[in-house]
Amino acid sequence: MAKGVLVDLTKCIGCRGCQISCKGWNEMSAQKTVMAGDLTNPPRLNAHCYTHIRFQEDEKEGGPVWSFVKDQCFHCKNPACASACPVGALKKTEKGPVTYTFERCIGCRYCMLACPFYIPKYEWEKVVPWIRKCTFCSERIAADLVPACIKTCPTGTMIFGELDDMLKEGRDRITANPGKYVDHIYGEKEAGGTSWMYLSAVPFEWLGFNTRIPAKELPDLTWAYIAKIPAVIGVVLVAGAATWAITRRNQNMDKEE
Amino acid sequence: MTSHKDIKMWTPTTLVLLLIMGLGGLVIIYRLMHGLGAATNLNDRFPWGLWIGIDVLGGVAMAAGGFLIAGAVYILNWKKYKPIVRPAILNAFFGYALAATAIMFDIGVPWRVWHPVVMWQIHSIMWVVAIHVVLYTTTLATESSPMIFEKLKMEGAKKTVYAIMVPIVLFGVLLSTLHQSSLGAVYLIAPAKLSPLWYSSQLPTLFLVSAVMMGLSMVSLETILSSRAFNHKPDMAILSGLARGTLIAAVIYLTLKFIKLFKGGIGMAFDGSMEANMYLLEMAVGTIAPIVLLFMKNIRENLNSILFVDTLVIAGIILNRLNVSIFGVYRDQAATGLSYFPSWMEFVVTLAFISFSIVGFKVCAKYLRLFPETEGGH
Ligand code: SF4
Ligand code: SF4
Ligand code: SF4
Repeated sequence: MAKGVLVDLTKCIGCRGCQISCKGWNEMSAQKTVMAGDLTNPPRLNAHCYTHIRFQEDEKEGGPVWSFVKDQCFHCKNPACASACPVGALKKTEKGPVTYTFERCIGCRYCMLACPFYIPKYEWEKVVPWIRKCTFCSERIAADLVPACIKTCPTGTMIFGELDDMLKEGRDRITANPGKYVDHIYGEKEAGGTSWMYLSAVPFEWLGFNTRIPAKELPDLTWAYIAKIPAVIGVVLVAGAATWAITRRNQNMDKEE
Repeated sequence: MTSHKDIKMWTPTTLVLLLIMGLGGLVIIYRLMHGLGAATNLNDRFPWGLWIGIDVLGGVAMAAGGFLIAGAVYILNWKKYKPIVRPAILNAFFGYALAATAIMFDIGVPWRVWHPVVMWQIHSIMWVVAIHVVLYTTTLATESSPMIFEKLKMEGAKKTVYAIMVPIVLFGVLLSTLHQSSLGAVYLIAPAKLSPLWYSSQLPTLFLVSAVMMGLSMVSLETILSSRAFNHKPDMAILSGLARGTLIAAVIYLTLKFIKLFKGGIGMAFDGSMEANMYLLEMAVGTIAPIVLLFMKNIRENLNSILFVDTLVIAGIILNRLNVSIFGVYRDQAATGLSYFPSWMEFVVTLAFISFSIVGFKVCAKYLRLFPETEGGH
C-alpha cells in the first residue's frame, strides 16, 4: 500500500541531519556554499540537493519565532509532473514514490512547469542533463527500509508509515493538543493530496508554503482537454467532409447552368 | 516565366539576415557543446524562456494561415483564395520548421526527440503536442510538395498529390485545430503559477482563435510584401477578405477575453502591476486597435492601412504568447529570488530563426512557382 510521511514541524530543531543523510544515500557531491543572508543552505533546492532545511523567521505575539521547514518532493497522489511527462520518465509507483527514469527523458522540462511546488530540478550545467528530485528513497522503501532522511532525524520530526495512518495521526495530534497547531494539515488536500504532509504551529503561508495551490488533482485540468480530442476529431472530419461535398456540388451545378 | 528569377538575392538586408543566421548557428553549436545553462539564462524557476515563448508558441501561431487558406480553397471551395494557397502553406511550413527546430535545441537530450512517438503517454499534453508537430509537419511537407515536384519536372508525383489533396487538407485542418489549442492546454496544468489574467479553462480555445487572427494577418502581410517585391498589384478582394476574417476572429477573441476578465474581476487588469500593464498592452495592440480599425471599410480596402493592422495583430499575439509563457508566470516563478532575462545567445538564436524563415521564403519565391496565378498568361 501507499506509504506516507507526517512531518511535525514543531519538533524540528534544525540540525540538518536529514539533509546530510540524503546527500549520502543519493551519493551526491558536495557544493560550494555561498552566504545567502540566512542560515538556509543551499538557499534553494537544486539538482544536487533534494532536501534542505529552510530557516524561517516570523513574528508571533510581538516576539520572533523560528521555524525550520524541510523541503523535498511531496510525492503527490496524482502527480502533475508525471501526467505532464510526454515519455513516461516520471511515474507514480504503487508504494508512493514518484520515480524518474533518465533513459526515457527528453529534457523538455514540462514537469518543472507542471509541478506546483517547483520540485523537479535540472542539471543546467551538464551537456546531457537529468531531471533531479527527491526519490522518496524508492529503493529503500522497496527493501522495507525507512527513507534515509527520516531514519536520521534525532527528534522524530518525521514519521513514516501507511499514508492513511499518517493522516489520521496528524488529525489526532491536532485534536489532542488544542492551540499547539494550526488546524490545517498541509498536503492533505493540496494538489489533490500528497504523500508528505505537514503539521505546523504557525500558518503555513508564514513558512513559505504555497497556499494558493488548488485542492484538486491537477492532471484533471489537462485531461479535461485531452478527453475532448476524439469528439473534436469526429466533428472536424464530418463537418469538413460534408462542407466539401456541398460546396463541390454547388460548384458543379454552377458549371452546368 | 516559370518563377521569379528577377528577385534580387544578394540585397544588404539578406546579407544581414545571413550574418545573423551564421551567428545563430555558432550559438547552437556552443549550446550543444556546453549545455543549456551555459547558453541561456534559464534556471530552476524559469524552465522555459524566450525560445519556447517566441520560436515555439509564436512560430506555431504564425503557421495558422496555412490550414485556414488551404481549408478555404479545398474544403470551402472559395476559389478566390487560390492564388495565396501556396505562399500560405509554405509560410506554415516555415512556422513549423521554426518551432520544431527550436524544440530540438531547447530540449535537454535532442537525440531523443523521437521518444514520444514510441513512448505513448495519452495523459500528457506535451505528448499530444509532440505528436501533432510530427504529423502536421509531414502534412505540410506533403501539401507543399507539388511545388518541388513541379521544379523537378515530376508531373506524375505532382498529379498524385493533387489527387489526394482534399483529404490531406482536411487532415491538416484537423491537426491544426488540435495543435493550436493544445499549446494553450499546456498551461492548464499551472493554475497556481499563471496569473489569472491569462489562466482560464478556455486557454485552448483562446489559443486557437488568436492563432486564426495571427495566421490570417501573417498571410495578408506576406501577400502585400511579396507583391511589392515582385512588382505586381495585389488582389484587393483577397486582402479585404483576409481582413474581414481577422476582424471576425478578433471580435470572438475579445468577447471570450472580456467574459474571462469580468468573471475574474475587471480590477485585476487595472491594478498597475507589471502583469496588468502587459495584459492591457497586449489587448490594446493585438485586439482592440485592430478591431476598431478593421471596422472601417476604407481601412479594410487600403493597402497600407491593412499592412499596419497586420503588424499590430502579429505583434499583439506574439506578445500574448510571451505573456503566457514568461510575464504571466513571472511573479510566481520569481517568488524565491531567481529571475529571468534572456541571454544574448537566446536572442541571437531567436533572431536567426526568424531570419531563416525570411530568407527561406525568399529563396522559395525565387526558385519555386509560389504565385502561379500572378504570372503572365494566366
Ligand atoms: S511535488 Fe512536484 S515533483 Fe513531487 S510528485 Fe508532486 S508534482 Fe511531482
Ligand atoms: S523533462 Fe524529462 S521527466 Fe520532465 S517532463 Fe520532460 S521528458 Fe518528462
Ligand atoms: S526521502 Fe530520500 S531522497 Fe527524499 S529527501 Fe529523504 S533521503 Fe532524500
